[in-house]
Amino acid sequence: MTNAIELRGVEKTFGVTKVIQNINLKIAQGERHALIGPNGAGKSTTFNLISGYMRPTTGSILLRGEEIAGLRPFQINRRGLSRSFQVTNVFANMSVWENLRCAVLWATGQRYAFWKNIDNLPEVRERTAQILEYIHLADRRDMPAGLLTYAEQRALEIGITVAGGADVILLDEPTAGMSHAETERAVELIRRLTEGRTLLIVEHDMSVVFGLADKISVLVYGQIIASGTPEEIRGNAKVKEAYLGEEAA
Amino acid sequence: MRDITTRIAPPLPTTAEKLKFYGMWVGLALFLLVLPKIFASGGALTTFCLIGISIIFALSYNILLGQTGMLSFGHAVYYGLGGFLAIHAINYFGGHKWPIPLPLVPVIGGATGLFFSALIGWVMTQRSGTAFAMISLGLAELIASSALILRSFFGGEAGVSANRTKMFRVFELSFGPQIQIYYLVAAWTLIAIIAMYALTRTPLGRMCNAVRDNPERVQFVGYDPHVVRYLAFCFAGMFAGIAGSLAAINFEIANSAYLGAVQSGTVLFAAYIGGIGFFIGPIVGAIFVTVLSIGLSDLTSVWQLYFGLFFIGVVMFTPGGLTGLMMMHRPLWRAGMLTKMLPSYLLAGVPTFAFLTGIMLAIETTVHYTAHPNEDPNIRAFGIPFNATSPLTWSAAVLLIVVGFILARITWRRVAHTWDETLTAARAKVHPL
Repeated sequence: MTNAIELRGVEKTFGVTKVIQNINLKIAQGERHALIGPNGAGKSTTFNLISGYMRPTTGSILLRGEEIAGLRPFQINRRGLSRSFQVTNVFANMSVWENLRCAVLWATGQRYAFWKNIDNLPEVRERTAQILEYIHLADRRDMPAGLLTYAEQRALEIGITVAGGADVILLDEPTAGMSHAETERAVELIRRLTEGRTLLIVEHDMSVVFGLADKISVLVYGQIIASGTPEEIRGNAKVKEAYLGEEAA
Repeated sequence: MRDITTRIAPPLPTTAEKLKFYGMWVGLALFLLVLPKIFASGGALTTFCLIGISIIFALSYNILLGQTGMLSFGHAVYYGLGGFLAIHAINYFGGHKWPIPLPLVPVIGGATGLFFSALIGWVMTQRSGTAFAMISLGLAELIASSALILRSFFGGEAGVSANRTKMFRVFELSFGPQIQIYYLVAAWTLIAIIAMYALTRTPLGRMCNAVRDNPERVQFVGYDPHVVRYLAFCFAGMFAGIAGSLAAINFEIANSAYLGAVQSGTVLFAAYIGGIGFFIGPIVGAIFVTVLSIGLSDLTSVWQLYFGLFFIGVVMFTPGGLTGLMMMHRPLWRAGMLTKMLPSYLLAGVPTFAFLTGIMLAIETTVHYTAHPNEDPNIRAFGIPFNATSPLTWSAAVLLIVVGFILARITWRRVAHTWDETLTAARAKVHPL
């Protein structure tokens, strides 16, 4: 079976600084994979490279065996890869409903249609309603996204990410800044929404990582120093030294 | 699955709401139909024509600024080119006896606007924000100055004129009398308003708003913001071309002023003063600005100065424009509490009026001193006579400005306070906990 995502010898340099050094990573289809590492290790840059926000300096990135390195973000999104952002990135002046609807439009084949009435598209309405119910924001439907609470905005962020029906989902620190109870709810939401899909998640909260992930990769100074099941990572001496040990100390 | 939609999605409009919606458009059409019966003078009809043209132009501009978040300083380019092509079309079709009647000329104007915006837009819409604004400005200057150089097409300083009555006639309509031009402009205005409103209710229209709010995120839901901006730009250019051709029909002339920076600036003013955040904003703005520019120029010689000051005032104090100001009062209106604001508005209105009168007096005396120092100092502005050299006038101006300003500050603070209280009460009344 081809991997959902595969990175081969990916490098990214800004000027003379090598932010990502020769990353090789394979994520199987249907796998929940966590990317962890200290601040500045290059986790968000890796996300930006995979999602097309940045172009890798060298190396290739494969989505289901097809080269996507160098494609624009919307081209990659149309091939079924969707990402969320670490800093909430929604359409602040539009209502929750409209936010989700925008995320559904391309996937339902509306493209740039200017001859169809937006309220007359049953499939769009149905899918938007479904996502709205999943993320438990039905009672916030008509509120401008900018007025939601932080946790609600994070939920909407995830909703927008999965609404298009992409089967490869990248979530960048979805629970950052949430309370314990909110984190638990968010993890439950992520688990449900990514059922049967491939998930790559960057996360600092170790309880989230070990509770959710099938596989974990550890990124330190732009290099993957270990990759394996949660048990393997826990027992890995290099990881303990470079990362977990630091946390424990 | 169906039940999710009915339970969670916003309800579809009921038959009553649909009737109300379509009734509104029919009402607008009827209004336009009977308007010249109420105001039948030639001056009024000309004003209505100018307003209609200005509405189409301002709405087309708002497809860029309000809907898609692109600040253009050169929207008159498509207006002007539409106007020039329309004039040439009238001359050509009239001269060669082609069976094309005058009411179809705006189609040519629209096609011209669409053609040029499609041609130029792809490069311009690569970026929004400052880069787009600068390119639009540079391009507008380029085309406006070439209008004076390419004399064979643009007619140089004098422009190109035409005789609209020479066109092929249907139903014996000569389009000589202004009333016939009024109905032509009114019909096109109605069509354009409906079309541009419908555009906001389509997938493209909604994605325009998304691009305005967050172009970065749009890329990650499968859309290319550049294509969205480009399509919006093409539509804006097309409707601007229609407006320009109507202006050409109305005046029977097109000249380089159509394409110029003043025209581009005026449409920005109209859209912004009306309120770019609302569909009807530019309509309100177009009516207001047209009436104001016609009315003010009769009252004072420096009407552009007042116009500029008014624009600054709107930008500073009501960024939502006149429509935003009206919409702010909607919760109070619904709760029937609008009258609670009246006393404090009146209280603040008096010193504000005094302050503005002082400013106007100061402006008019200064203008007299700088522009015509040797003429009769007994001048009139806004129909009020006064002596521009009298120290009494100066001290009155200073007094009005200083005292008016101080009292206005105090009373407007009271207004803000009353506003907060009334709004809270109104919300509690409409949504009791």
